Amino acid sequence: MIPLVIGISLLSYAIIVLAPGDPARLLADPEQMTAESYVAMRAQLGLDDPGPVRYARTMASLFTGELRSFRTQQRVVDAIGERLPTSLALGILAIVFGLVFGTLIGAMQAIRPYSRLDDLGTLLSLTGFSLPHFWFALMLVMLFGVRLHWLPSSGIRPVTSTGWNPLEMAPYLVMPTVVLGTGLLAYVARFVRSSMLEALGQDYVRTARSKGLAEQAVIIRHVLRNSLLPVITIAGFLLPLLIGGAVVVEYVFALPGMGRLAVDSVFARDYPVILTITIFSAIAVILGNLVADVLYAVADPRIRFG
Amino acid sequence: MVLRLAGNERVVVGCAVLLATVFVAVFAGQLAPYEPNAQILTARFGPPSAAHLFGSDQLGRDVFSRVIWGSRVSLGVGFSSVVITIVIGTAIGIAAGYGGGWIDGALMRFVDICISIPVFMLLLTIVAIYGSNVPLLITFIGVSAFPGAARIVRAEVLSLKPREFITASRVIGSTPWRIMVHHILPNLVPIVIVSATLRVGAAILTEAGLSYFGLGVPPPAPTWGGMVADGRTSLDVAWWVSTFPGVALLVVVIATNVVGDGLRDVFDPRRAHLA
Repeated sequence: MIPLVIGISLLSYAIIVLAPGDPARLLADPEQMTAESYVAMRAQLGLDDPGPVRYARTMASLFTGELRSFRTQQRVVDAIGERLPTSLALGILAIVFGLVFGTLIGAMQAIRPYSRLDDLGTLLSLTGFSLPHFWFALMLVMLFGVRLHWLPSSGIRPVTSTGWNPLEMAPYLVMPTVVLGTGLLAYVARFVRSSMLEALGQDYVRTARSKGLAEQAVIIRHVLRNSLLPVITIAGFLLPLLIGGAVVVEYVFALPGMGRLAVDSVFARDYPVILTITIFSAIAVILGNLVADVLYAVADPRIRFG
Repeated sequence: MVLRLAGNERVVVGCAVLLATVFVAVFAGQLAPYEPNAQILTARFGPPSAAHLFGSDQLGRDVFSRVIWGSRVSLGVGFSSVVITIVIGTAIGIAAGYGGGWIDGALMRFVDICISIPVFMLLLTIVAIYGSNVPLLITFIGVSAFPGAARIVRAEVLSLKPREFITASRVIGSTPWRIMVHHILPNLVPIVIVSATLRVGAAILTEAGLSYFGLGVPPPAPTWGGMVADGRTSLDVAWWVSTFPGVALLVVVIATNVVGDGLRDVFDPRRAHLA
């Protein structure tokens, strides 16, 4: 995994930093900047050293946590730390939403294949992963925020309060979760459906039925467990989608999370923050895939001993 | 095979939608009732009416015409970027799959790195830094999607490699290049077509997302994503500005996914019964 991380950092650094555009010029007020202060700022930001030196220095300060944002001079790890809980909350909620409802819909489809319900479910899935996140978010805001006033349209907590109060924050997280989770839901539903259809055709199902087991027991105890395994494998692929989608969702709903920080940093050419978020996200994805592999081995004894 | 496709009504509808969209994009000039950038300031925020089928936006521009013209950007960028994705992905996939050994290992490490990086974030960064003219946009979106295609191609190549006709070809002394080009590549066509079709939808959505952030094709060119962003602040007074471009996006992407699925069912009979 270490070579992977090094590779990621190299690639990210190369793309982001070796680019046209001058952070010093962007940060300072051009009218008030004299030649000396410009040179001083460049020296302070360390922009004049050769590439490899800058890379080494950036990586070192990144891993010791001392890297500072160009924009706010705050330590990058602090900035990310402030935003992480929000993004984590959103991500976990979206995953749960997508998995639960996706499995439900997929299972319902598999139980009655080729029926009207099945077709409806397929249409739902197709729509789910064809939706532009930002548009879906706006449509939901328009309906539930503006027209019906059922849910708040932006932010994560009422303006008057601070701190983490799940009860207060719940309404704010409903729409973002739905938007982020719908894409996930669509994938999961399709997967569960085909996985269950395949499982339903297996011999052990026929055995269970001929034993006289009630259909419900057959499905829950045998089919479902075996069909859910492949879902874990695709969970690994879905993580990058989640992180990318979170960027849009956090931006549209004005949630103070990492995605929003990333967008703001991009617009401000705040390279240290962009770099750090990119690397952290990549590491998160790799870790997620690792966890998925472990889970798969735990769930399927054939993998463990085979 | 075409008959099998034609028998699947969903695919037929999807194809029809796609063809209609292409038609609209090509003949945008003739089909749009207004100039896309013509501002009729007296008609700002007009609701959908006979004169303005989809209403008019904050600058009095006809939304219907802009949606029509916007199809050019979405389809153009979408399809072109997929060509790039396929070319790069196939090249890498074949090299890794057929080469095996350290070539495979090195290339797949590289692909793993690229897959882990949050693509959209990086795209935002790259476009913000390097600018957003159309060729650059197509290149970036195209390149950013190559890992998926590479993996799919590699998997297929790995399943082709042990087949007898490849072994036979090696035995009679064909060079690796000849084998890759004359034997493996033609067998990759079905899976590449499926992958490409499914990828078009994603590319269109990516372009729309970038446009929403203002990082797509620069204004005043009408892009569906940009139009959704334009209507963002007037959701309470003018729902039509954001709604219709998004519906257009949804319809086109659903169509590409339906066609892609249909193609996959045709080419991979094992999965057809699960359709």
